[in-house]
Amino acid sequence: MTALSIRALSKRYANLEVLKGIDLDIESGEFTVLVGPSGCGKSTLLNIVAGLDRASAGTVEIGGRVVNDVPPKDRDIAMVFQSYALYPSMTVRQNITFGMECRHVPKAEQEKAVANVAKLLQIEPLLGRKPSQLSGGQRQRVAMGRALVRDPLLFLFDEPLSNLDAKLRVEMRMEIKRLHQRIGATIIYVTHDQIEAMTMATRIAVMHRGVVQQFADPDTVYRYPANLFVARFMGSPPMNTMPARLEADSSGLVAVIGAGRPDEVRLHLQGYDAAASYVGREVVLGIRPECIAEGDRAFAGATGAPVVVTAPVEMVEPTGAETIVLLRLGGEPAQARISPDVRPAPGELAPFALDTRRICLFDPETERLIA
Amino acid sequence: MRDRTFAPSRILIYLIVLLIAAAWLAPLAVVVLNSLRTNEEIAQGSMIGWPQHLAWSNYAAAWSGFCVAETCAGIQPYMLNSALVTIPATVFSTLLGAVAGYAVSLWRFRGDSWIYGIVTLGIFLPQQMRLLPWTIVLRDTGLMNTLTGLVVIHTIQGLSFTTLFCRNYYVAIPQELIRAARIDGAGFFRIFWRIILPLSPPILVVTVIWQFTHIWNEFLYGVTFTTGQQQPVTAALIALSAAVADIPQHGVQSAAVMIAALPTLLIYLIGGKYFVRGLTAGAVK
Repeated sequence: MTALSIRALSKRYANLEVLKGIDLDIESGEFTVLVGPSGCGKSTLLNIVAGLDRASAGTVEIGGRVVNDVPPKDRDIAMVFQSYALYPSMTVRQNITFGMECRHVPKAEQEKAVANVAKLLQIEPLLGRKPSQLSGGQRQRVAMGRALVRDPLLFLFDEPLSNLDAKLRVEMRMEIKRLHQRIGATIIYVTHDQIEAMTMATRIAVMHRGVVQQFADPDTVYRYPANLFVARFMGSPPMNTMPARLEADSSGLVAVIGAGRPDEVRLHLQGYDAAASYVGREVVLGIRPECIAEGDRAFAGATGAPVVVTAPVEMVEPTGAETIVLLRLGGEPAQARISPDVRPAPGELAPFALDTRRICLFDPETERLIA
Repeated sequence: MRDRTFAPSRILIYLIVLLIAAAWLAPLAVVVLNSLRTNEEIAQGSMIGWPQHLAWSNYAAAWSGFCVAETCAGIQPYMLNSALVTIPATVFSTLLGAVAGYAVSLWRFRGDSWIYGIVTLGIFLPQQMRLLPWTIVLRDTGLMNTLTGLVVIHTIQGLSFTTLFCRNYYVAIPQELIRAARIDGAGFFRIFWRIILPLSPPILVVTVIWQFTHIWNEFLYGVTFTTGQQQPVTAALIALSAAVADIPQHGVQSAAVMIAALPTLLIYLIGGKYFVRGLTAGAVK
């Protein structure tokens, strides 16, 4: 069943077009993450779905019903806010039951619902406390409890983890994911953090400048970014992108980085037939940092002779878990993630293995993925 | 520490402070002292002097015996008038101001800042300018020379200040609270009653003190729009001094002034610490 369907939705404030013709279909039970840099329109989109903001054009359907003119309370949604928005003068219990109280749910039923949610989120000992007596993580749980107790068609999360410290954020991230797996709720989750998007989503909508750039499952978004924006936004460090020239020889397509230079890099590409029409032209070549490794690395599932190039090392950043190396490929800067115990010396040449199967090619004009 | 306490600059500061305090308190001292002196004593000496023995009878006379405007019940009935005007007008203007401040701060609507601007413009209009419009309103509504008329005037005029106070307090409340409550299914008044009002005591105390003091001490409307038995105590005090113009009764008059000032003094003594706290609330997080 389609839980949420957005058609040709746009929003403008005076002269500023914040959303430009958004189309999204979200299936029941999906965990959809709207991700993008600040100002991309993701929070505005969420607010329009919630009914807290009005669209300038287009329709929003929740559970098969057009809700453009339906007030927030009748949309069968629940929302978790960045600031948690707990009612300061009420206890945790009252915070959770307030929505039911507004809907005149009988007391006994309210009690039962609170007990269920409190057990699910393990906040039973907190029910009598005021929000000011809770820690950040506890407030977060209560805010989720307030949403869960409603059992709505759609859960909306607006950057719920951005006020937590890094450690707690990772914990809550896992907890929200576990919760989704357990109760199978339909969740729309807004964040600017691409790691949150990758780890939690069943599908990611990457937004930029009021447009959905790509709407796909995390692996697809990561492996086949629809355009250069997505390629550079998702992943940390981001995908290396550099100009290259596409040529063809007896063995197939060849991407040449720094063509004509003495240190030009020639990469044979297999399975990139879609790019055949670009032979003899400039393209943008994208390669993720983890696809550039120390010279003796064998990439999982690789067949045939490994591709190894010798490249000058500019800088080395050991992070503990891995070593980030800034190098030059055919004169173009690139980052590599190599084994933590390999430390090439800056200023010297070192061998690097490349996983050429995972290279992406983009059209330099449209910036769209070619292959 | 010791050096600093007795530094010459410190002493100078204290001297200046004491001087200013003395200048402010001198009239009060004269009134307090005179309220405890008999008429003869004042007549023999001057307006300024220590009481030879404490004449508490002035207070009894001022409260219930003295003749004002042909009735000899003291200022007691006028105190009641003042209370009957001040208490409802304070309650109404505070509550309405809280709702108005809540509406303009937390519910954005078309023209909200204009409405807020117009409401608070009332603060800057001189009282005298408003006399004529109020005369017409009171005449046309038949509320001339009634306490209800004064309640209406003070409620409406008070809105400028109460809206300003409450709005400035409520803008610090995060919008997300309202959004969360709307999704929870609460409407305008339920959100006000259940979420906003419980957060409001600090600003309500400030507003109540402000309104009570102003309305109780107000004189111009009282003396303009009411006469005789309908006057608030501030206007009656003038009638009292007019009635005794031939034989000065400074002792009783001073006692009457003290009684009339007592309610606002009490309000300030009880709520003063909230007042100072409330005015600076939100200034420093």
